[in-house]
Amino acid sequence: MLKVALIGAGKMGISHLSILGAHPKVKVVGVCDTSKMVTDILGKYSPFPCYSDHKKMILETRPDAVFVAVPTKHHASLVKELLEQKIHVFVEKPFCLTPHQGEPLIELAKKHKLVNQVGYHNKFNGTFQELKRLLDANSLGKIFHFQGESYGPVVVKKQSYTWRSDPEEGGGCLLEYASHVIDLINYTLAPITSVSGSILKPIYSNKVEDAVYSLLKLSDDLTGVLSVNWSDDTYRIMSTTITVMGTKGKIVSDANELKVYFKDDNTPEGYTKGWNIKYVTDLTDKVDFYLRGEEYSSQIDYFVKAVLGEVPNTINTFQTAWLTDKAIDLIKKSAK
Amino acid sequence: MDRILFGDNQFFAVNHISDEKSRAQAIRFKDDNAIIKTLDYAIDAGIDTFMCTTHDRIANICDHIRKNPVKYKDFKIYPCMPYAHKYANAVTELGYVDTLKQYIPGNLFTTLLKGGKAVLSKDFIAIMELLIDAEMKMFKGINTPVIWLQNVITDLLLGLGMKDILLGFYHYVNKKYDAEAGFITMNMPKLLAVLEEGGVENPIICTSINKVGFRMSGGIEVYEETLRTKKLRVVAMQVLAGGAIPSKEAIEYVCNLPNIESILFGASSKAHINDTVANINHFDQLIKI
Repeated sequence: MLKVALIGAGKMGISHLSILGAHPKVKVVGVCDTSKMVTDILGKYSPFPCYSDHKKMILETRPDAVFVAVPTKHHASLVKELLEQKIHVFVEKPFCLTPHQGEPLIELAKKHKLVNQVGYHNKFNGTFQELKRLLDANSLGKIFHFQGESYGPVVVKKQSYTWRSDPEEGGGCLLEYASHVIDLINYTLAPITSVSGSILKPIYSNKVEDAVYSLLKLSDDLTGVLSVNWSDDTYRIMSTTITVMGTKGKIVSDANELKVYFKDDNTPEGYTKGWNIKYVTDLTDKVDFYLRGEEYSSQIDYFVKAVLGEVPNTINTFQTAWLTDKAIDLIKKSAK
Repeated sequence: MDRILFGDNQFFAVNHISDEKSRAQAIRFKDDNAIIKTLDYAIDAGIDTFMCTTHDRIANICDHIRKNPVKYKDFKIYPCMPYAHKYANAVTELGYVDTLKQYIPGNLFTTLLKGGKAVLSKDFIAIMELLIDAEMKMFKGINTPVIWLQNVITDLLLGLGMKDILLGFYHYVNKKYDAEAGFITMNMPKLLAVLEEGGVENPIICTSINKVGFRMSGGIEVYEETLRTKKLRVVAMQVLAGGAIPSKEAIEYVCNLPNIESILFGASSKAHINDTVANINHFDQLIKI
């Protein structure tokens, strides 16, 4: 059994905890949160030992791996502390507040040969995996344009203070929301290397942006558009779409549906000329425990397997998440 | 429970395979009248149970039902709580304590706070009971023989090992509302084991049952084995696996399984409703013969 602990039992942390709790190869040895109410409730009703001080928890429980789901501001220092104690780390997205913070952590994980993963769960989604497979096989011919979009109803009115509305804590649509689609662009196409212009627009928030619009250029010179808005209540939940256009066809993929158009008969296996529609129901891998989407269970299962040495630690590493932090930094700078 | 239950996903833009269809549904069912009209199609097709989430707009549907007692004389609602996005968004915005404050009636919350936050955490079951009461308010005067816990909460508690809270829901619904408690889950075999261990006999469970094994966690074989060998009353949902299986084939599979008491489905058009009902009746008849 892998001994796993969790630091931060907020919305994401509690979801990870439930999936870990049901995982047959995991023993949850400790949960740490600064809210007394949270640790009181978990302490009384769940089987997990609870702590308010993570140092004490690590010392007493000696976990093999730790999940970090605290506000982004604390990621860098916590992750460093864990790596120095030779503990494998899964940290929520985004990786760090700046690329400068994250860079030494990549080296540190490498030095101690520790498994490192960041919670960009879309990479474990069946439709986006198929998008990547099609792009890696060059099925679209020469690609000339892409569009990465995310819309949803996170901030739809003026709000009281939360860490998500504070730029110092890692709040704002760019870090919290757009990071998902930036990471998907980096993964399915190529890393973003320059940004020719960006609009960071506050709508309801005072101190952070609620929408991000950018013109991007990738390492292979491909150009495209980023359009993200978390203040759009015409969407029930977050909807992320990647559109890619090439000389041989076009792909439009969201987390549920993959639409592929081919101009002629020269198509990959399983596809024909014209429009092809595939659903996540056909493309997704089965999981042993489902909470809120297969991808949330799959990413944890992948991490557990990586620590146990059953799969390579290649998806969502600190290195790839750092490239996303770097793109976020380029977008910030281009908006000034 | 009736053999066929009508669901509400289509009314609230919940679509598991298409974001585009989800938005089209939001436009189509913008007005409550569009929902009522579709419900009436379902009633005309012989369906008397509406299984729905405790979405704010359901309160308007409940008003309509109360205003037309003769028309809805035999009509039942199975409330499914909570509408999780409401709470999740509130937690993101307000944090845990202020979220509870928002949803628990004013005086009660003050009473709870008198003992400090400690009271909140020491008796979470009491808090849950208050939240159930708040969610049930809109159904006053309406026949609600089964009250459900939504899968995201059932499964969250299941993973967290919070068995007492699951059992607390079961006992409170029985006691306070003289109704049966049902659990929606994507992890049926695991949940059944926990409920059995907690002394719940022949539990009512709503879960994905479909020919392709979609959202049947742990695999279709374990589900089929559980249905064959265990004692439980199942409401089959997602029988079409979000549209991946042709309707006839999907329904034939479900109708042939043991221990499936009811089939839950949602549809927007009259033709689709009638078609699904006819298919279920057809395969049920075949099995009887």
